[in-house]
Parts: sequence; structure tokens; C-alpha cells
Amino acid sequence: MVEFEIFGNKDTRSGFGEGLAELGRTNENVVALCADLTGSLKMDTFLKENPERFFQVGIAEANMMGMAAGMTIGGKIPYTGTFANFSTGRVYDQIRQSIAYSQKNVKICASHAGLTLGEDGATHQILEDIGMMKMLPNMTVIVPCDFNQTKQATIAISKHVGPVYLRFGRPVMPIFVKPDAEFVIGKADVLTEGTDVTIIACGHLVWKSIEAAKILTEKGISVELINMHTIKPLDEEAILKSVRKTKCVVTAEEHMANGGLGDSVAQVLSKNFPAPQEYVAVDDSFGESGTPMELMTKYHIDTQDVVDAALKTIGRKG
Amino acid sequence: METTELERIASQVRRDIVRMVADVNSGHPGGSLGCADFLTLLYFDVMKINTSNFTMDGIGEDLFFLSNGHISPVWYSVLARSGYFPIADLATFRKLSSKLQGHPSTDKKLPGVRVASGSLGQGLSVGIGAAVVKKMNKDASFVYTLHGDGELQEGQIWEAAMYAAANKVDNIIATIDYNGRQIDGDVEDVLSLGNLAEKWKAFGWIVFEMDGHNMIDMKNVLLKAQSSCGEGKPIVIIMKTEMGQGVDFMVGSHKWHGVAPNPEQLESALAQLEETLGDY
Repeated sequence: MVEFEIFGNKDTRSGFGEGLAELGRTNENVVALCADLTGSLKMDTFLKENPERFFQVGIAEANMMGMAAGMTIGGKIPYTGTFANFSTGRVYDQIRQSIAYSQKNVKICASHAGLTLGEDGATHQILEDIGMMKMLPNMTVIVPCDFNQTKQATIAISKHVGPVYLRFGRPVMPIFVKPDAEFVIGKADVLTEGTDVTIIACGHLVWKSIEAAKILTEKGISVELINMHTIKPLDEEAILKSVRKTKCVVTAEEHMANGGLGDSVAQVLSKNFPAPQEYVAVDDSFGESGTPMELMTKYHIDTQDVVDAALKTIGRKG
Repeated sequence: METTELERIASQVRRDIVRMVADVNSGHPGGSLGCADFLTLLYFDVMKINTSNFTMDGIGEDLFFLSNGHISPVWYSVLARSGYFPIADLATFRKLSSKLQGHPSTDKKLPGVRVASGSLGQGLSVGIGAAVVKKMNKDASFVYTLHGDGELQEGQIWEAAMYAAANKVDNIIATIDYNGRQIDGDVEDVLSLGNLAEKWKAFGWIVFEMDGHNMIDMKNVLLKAQSSCGEGKPIVIIMKTEMGQGVDFMVGSHKWHGVAPNPEQLESALAQLEETLGDY
């Protein structure tokens, strides 16, 4: 079991804010649009340093998405910022027609995704966004796991030409990705190598899976843990290489089981190497008010759920 | 360009429209015929464009966005006739693997099209985004958009209208095809727009009105609109048209919004529209 160096505790949205601020200093074509959530999205530094490249659109997300599509015409790289719910479900058709189908170089940056938005409750806790975004042709879908990785991904997507959905969140979580790590879109990070079970996680569930891997290791189980930060394009090679070795898998995500990372992994396995799979994800349910950690426990996307799923999938091996 | 010459082009554009939709027995002739004069004037006389070398960014060129994408036949005809792509391509409209999709799209790289449209209400936002970037790039050219009147029932239009006025996006000229018809009937009956000019004024836009079938009136108003750019307000032109203009059995009725003429009807329509530039 590899021990992880912890570089402090921060929220992933702050990683986005730092990445965007750095882009403001290094790439004059980057522009930012925000729908009345500048502080929540941590876009303040970019705004302060580049007021002429920051566009406050008000509470009008449909217009924001359309304007972002239009701003690519003439060479800008627009980053839109609002909550994940308003970045996807509210504006799905605008993204579909004006951005994805039109192949526009827009970076849709979505904070407060999933249950860990917390006390605001289910109206704001979108758990379907990965599914909606990954179904769109031309769309790249990225769910980084911690502050450092979110910062790195924010910068990396500026060099990718095409629409991107970047999903991050609100809770303060441990930082374990090295500050100087290179973020490669579509290339999974194998965090620990093992032989008994593969755990494939994204977003906040990567840290939960690290904690679970520690518990499993103490039980004598050899865990291969993969941080699947890019849901689309999916690193099929990494999945197959690992599961061919371990013969079973757990997928873990802060999203509905329907249509999320787990379903993407299942599709790869069913076509290439059928193997037992357990999902750690929300089971066809809206969320509710509560603290982020209470919600992760109640909706079974916590450390213990990853441990239980690992034991179960191992037990299903032939 | 002389008015008579523009009218000759518009007549050919109308022939193209009815032939295209009749050929595939689908498409939207009504609004297309109604906007034939406007788009002919725009592309052949008013806009500063490079039709032989289309670029997505259109730096230094005027840009046009068709927000009511269902009137693609008129746009395709004008794009082809003005030199963006071969006129013969009009024969592929709505056919498998064609660049001329039922509603305009960019994915098959049709020159002249910069964003997909069809799902209504999105083009004003896109145009505003492009207009804002023109200002950032110190590019003094204009952004034109066209919208159906029924399309104004979409909420996104008014989000965009509010943004452009609040942020002084004064290099955009939006035109409303005010024919008073939509699929289910008269706009007044389906969902009244109320006092449209006053609505736009209340949203902070400079409002012009023009006759969409009078080249001289349209030219005057478009020149006035251009000279009003830079005054700190976005510009909208409410253009009075007749759906189906040019074909006696189509004109003024919502029934030809999205219905193609049969072979006999096509023949009757073509008899009313002079072939001026040669059919495709």
C-alpha cells in the first residue's frame, strides 16, 4: 500500500479558481463568464486581474452558454462558471445545439456538484450531470479529485480544442495529487497497484477510496486504485489492463448510478472482459439537506460503502 | 447594387426555395419566402463579407447568424448564390450526408454557417458573444442576427436582450421577421407579443421598423441602423413581412410554415417566379 503525502486540505473549486487565475496571466485568449456566483466559483482573482476579460451575465445561464459559444468566434476560449445544476440540466439544449453540436471551444466549469453541496438540498445537488454531458458527442468530461488536480485540469483544458465539461465541488478535502503532476486528458492515474480488486473512482470518491484501500489492505486485500479523472474519453486500456489482473471491480462516484462513471466502465467490461462489478453511487434518488459528510454516509457513497462493495465484488469472482 | 438587380436575385432565390423543399417534400417554405428579399439585400449589398474564403472567425468581416434555423432554404440559396459554395449543392438539401442539413449546422463544414440553429431562441446570445469579441479584437465590423417573431416567445431571447443593453453591446443589429404567423396559427392567437416595439425599447434597444419586401426601405433602414452602432445601445429592426411572399397560394398563411408544395403546386409557384439566374 502506497502512502500518500498530504499537501493540506482545500476545496476543488478553489483549485479551479487558482487555475483560472493562472490562465488569466498566461493566456490572453481565455475569457470567463459567470452567472452571479463569482465568489462561490472562486473566480474573484481572475476578475480582479482581468476585468476586461470577465463577463458577469447575471442569473441567465442560457444566455451565458450561448454567449460563450459566440465568443469562440473570433478566437477566445470562454470558461463559464456556475453551479453544476445550472451548468447542465438548466441549459442542456443550449449546450447541445450551440456548443456540442456546433463544436465550440467552450469550457463549462461546474462547481457544487453532487451531494456534497450540502445544506442547500436536492434542488441544487445535481447527480445526473456526468450522464447528460457524457452522452453529448464532441464533449469531453473531466471530474478531478482534489485541489491540485482541479487546478491542473483547469489549465490543461485550455490547450484542448473542443467543448469540455469540468466538474468540481464545495467541500474541503485532503490534497494528495502532487503540485507538479501533469494532467493528461483521458489518461487514468493508477494510484496503487494490486491484484485482488480494482477500484475505479472519480472526484471526491477518490479520497474515500484511498481511505477504503487502507482498510482493505489491513484485511490483507491487495487493491489496485485508479483515479479516473476523465470520464470521456475513457481510458479503456487502463480499465482492461487492471481488471484482467484483478478479475473484479468497484466503481465509485458522487453521481447517480444510472449514467455515470460506473456505467461507462461497465460498457467497456461487458464488451471486452465481463467481470463482477459493484457500484458505489447514488441509487435513483434525489438528495436532501445535511452536511456533506452526513449525506455521503446516508446515500452510501462513503468509505465504508467502498469497502463493502470491494468485499462483495471479490466474493462474486468465479 | 441596383434595386432591380436585387429583385432579380430574390426571384431566383424564391425559385430555389420552392424547388428545394418540393424535391424532398419537407422543409419550411413560408418563412423562407418571406425573408428572401432581406437576405438577398444583406448578402449582396449590405454586409462586408468574403464569400470565396470562409473562415469561422470572420475577422474584419460582418457576421450573420440565423437564429430561426428552420428557414434554412432561403439562407442556403443566398449563401450559394453569393458564392460561399456551389449552387449545385442546393440539390442535396435535406438528403443523406449533405452539408445542407434540415436545420443549419457546422459539423459538415458548410461555408457560411458558424453555429447550429433550429432549436429556437439561441442565436441572439451567440450573436452577442461574437459581437463582444469583435469589440475586444477592435474589429469594427457588424454582427447581424435574424429571428422569427414566434421565436421571441423563447425566454433566452430576453435574457440576451437584457445583457446586450446593460453592457452596451452596440455593434449588433438584430432583425425580427415580423410576419405574425407561427406553426399553430397567428402569433397574436398562439401567444401575443404585445407591443413589440415598446418591449424592445423597454429592454433598452434602439428600435427601427421596415418593410421586408421593399428593397429601398430596407436599405435605408439598414444604413441608419449601421450609423446608430456605437451609440451605446444594441439595435433591433422589426421587419414586416408576409409569410409565403411571392407565391399567391402561400402568401399570408401559417399553413405553409412547414409544408412542401406537391408537383402541381410547385409548377404553379414557379410560374409566378421568374427564373433570372438559372435554376440549380
